[in-house]
Amino acid sequence: MSTPASITWFAAHELRLAWRDWASMITAGRGRRTGAILIGLALFMIFMHVIALIAVGPFANSVDPQNKTVLVVLTGFILLAWCLMISQAMESVTRAFYSRSDLDLILSSPIVARRLFSVRIAAIALSAMGMAVMLAGPFANILAVLGGAHWLSGYGVFAAMGAASAALAVALTVALFRLIGPRRTRFIAQVVAAVIGAIFVIGLQAGAIISYGSISRVSLLVSESFVQNAPAPGSFIYWPARAILADASALLIVVAFGVALLALAIAVFASRFGEHAIAAASVSPAAHRKTVTRAFRSDAPKAALRRKELALLRRDPWLMSQTLMQILYLLPPALLLWKNFGEGSSALLLLVPVLVMAAGQLSGGLAWLAISGEDAPDFVATAPIPRAWILQAKVEAVLFAVGIVFAPFILAMALASPASALVTAIFVAISAASATAIQFWFRTQAKRSDFRRRHTSSRVATFAEAFSSISWAATAGLAASGTWFALPVGLIALGVLAVTRFISPHRSEKKTAARVRHAFAHG
Amino acid sequence: MHAPTKPAALDIRGLVKTFDRPAVNGLDLCVKSGEFYALVGPNGAGKTTTLRMVAGLMQPDAGEIFVCGHDALKNPVAAKRAMAWVSDEPMIYDKLSPFEYLEFVAGLWGIDAKTAEARARELFGWLGLEPHAHQRCDGFSKGMRQKVALAGGLVHEPQLIILDEPLTGLDAGSARQVKNVLRERVDAGNTVIMTTHILEVAERMADRIGIIALGKLIAEGSLHELRQLARGASTLEETFLTLVAEQAAA
Repeated sequence: MSTPASITWFAAHELRLAWRDWASMITAGRGRRTGAILIGLALFMIFMHVIALIAVGPFANSVDPQNKTVLVVLTGFILLAWCLMISQAMESVTRAFYSRSDLDLILSSPIVARRLFSVRIAAIALSAMGMAVMLAGPFANILAVLGGAHWLSGYGVFAAMGAASAALAVALTVALFRLIGPRRTRFIAQVVAAVIGAIFVIGLQAGAIISYGSISRVSLLVSESFVQNAPAPGSFIYWPARAILADASALLIVVAFGVALLALAIAVFASRFGEHAIAAASVSPAAHRKTVTRAFRSDAPKAALRRKELALLRRDPWLMSQTLMQILYLLPPALLLWKNFGEGSSALLLLVPVLVMAAGQLSGGLAWLAISGEDAPDFVATAPIPRAWILQAKVEAVLFAVGIVFAPFILAMALASPASALVTAIFVAISAASATAIQFWFRTQAKRSDFRRRHTSSRVATFAEAFSSISWAATAGLAASGTWFALPVGLIALGVLAVTRFISPHRSEKKTAARVRHAFAHG
Repeated sequence: MHAPTKPAALDIRGLVKTFDRPAVNGLDLCVKSGEFYALVGPNGAGKTTTLRMVAGLMQPDAGEIFVCGHDALKNPVAAKRAMAWVSDEPMIYDKLSPFEYLEFVAGLWGIDAKTAEARARELFGWLGLEPHAHQRCDGFSKGMRQKVALAGGLVHEPQLIILDEPLTGLDAGSARQVKNVLRERVDAGNTVIMTTHILEVAERMADRIGIIALGKLIAEGSLHELRQLARGASTLEETFLTLVAEQAAA
């Protein structure tokens, strides 16, 4: 056993907390069920290996490590993954500053807090590595099985990327603390994380749209002109790609760089982490906010509910960062719209399903916040208004917010192709209403701060929301193309909703209540 | 000519609610208009369950509830319009200011904006919330949050105010402010029903006290009447413990 308050002791403590936190997130807080989690994890890994086999299996023996296109594409994907890892790590660092409930205990105890924070920074790196291993590991494994063990060097690159992303995330967050202070950092760090996570994908898509009129992110990377203008194969930029392709010296350099960066971050920032956490905890959210004095507005009950919902959605920093990410991903379609504006091009048809899908996803999140994330459900339930009004006002607020986001796209589209715009408007509304309905059927009582975990509270709701959005997007795409195939796909979308409604807990609750009433009525 | 009789602020008849065991077991309770009524009882006695059913937050298995003459089960909207429910866990929104919260409450209860704002400012003054009226509630202490929730409960001038453990977690100054506001409301003719574990508060503030145990009302009356029931116990605490012990033994 390790000595109390030593690095290994803290590591064991953090590991236990991280496992329970993760298990609770995976099982939606319904007990640990380690066996079930491991079986689920194993099934997921098998699924990922099948995907990897289909995607990279054919190339296991045909990749030329000296080929510049290979290096460019691989580097592109490494940068893409790294951006996502930095984004994830920044979110973890922000949570470590603002949301950990044990900081008071840690900082008031007679231990050397630097040790704990060293472990926490390392844990953030490990978590980033873990995510990379889960998602990219199966690809390395399949390549190793079919093409040789040298492909396993990818794991070294994942580790280096995780270490470097944690180091950068800590440095960036601390820099924000210094620059803009702890109060603003909470929100800005979330926004920066969202932007970093999305920027590379958006950049690739934007480049592809401008150069080739295609939204595919690979088309730019494999294009002749891009490869020609990329740095020469000897450049250090390709070291991570070379490391994945089993260049031992490149692997050594990349791993050493990642580990050194993490060690530096721990050495520089671990001792100050406590100060920053205290500074974050000392922030009074109210102290610096501008005071606005005005008279009461005269609202009818439904209008008061709508206004409240919209104010809360607007003021939710976590939601803003999540929504920003979704909106950022709409930028390439916007660019495509702009590029094809006035040409009446069929490229506009590509936008229809993209917008319908995005509307479903966005409204699912907003609806969860409005319906399940109600902070004062008992209070609202005691108001002298019918229950249906409460729900109606919440749904209206969600649809209004979705409308605000998508109206500019639809209006711009209407100028280029009124028919496509009409189809988009109809299906954006249907997709948003469907996602909202699913959130209503699977409503729970949760805190708004649990938004990050909303996908784990009901797996059925999560999948149903995704299937609904996808099937409505497909229906919209087909309808915009003018084919009757839209009809059967639309029926599938309705079927998804019907099945979801049938298996939803609130339907079975209603049935149980009816049975109880019947039993009372008949003695 | 006789003046029309004012209906009871709260009239509960044969109320039953069973979870895995009976939580409320055929409860009868009548609180007159203009009374300050304290409901006391041991943990798990059924106080909060009873009041949640009155507030429309829970459906009873059997029984009737009338709030200011309105059948709360058949016409919940009318009953809710006449009452306010203030829970021990303040039901407010972190991202709204007290001003915005009261504006929202006024909207839900359909109170004219000018009237509601005047009442809100008055309540802010009474409860010492004026300097914080336009700050968001997310930085507020438990006591301040409780005062905001109370202001929300009072801004629509309910005839019946139901409070579940309203003084839990309040400092002495805040508790005094809350007690003063409640007393003032009763003096103005409204009715207050409050559950509390702080027997001194019930002893000092309530016109009548109801003792509930095992989901039933086991004794009710003024402090003097309850002492007599407990064969001359000197304090409410003694009275309470004697009556609850007798009920448990029965």
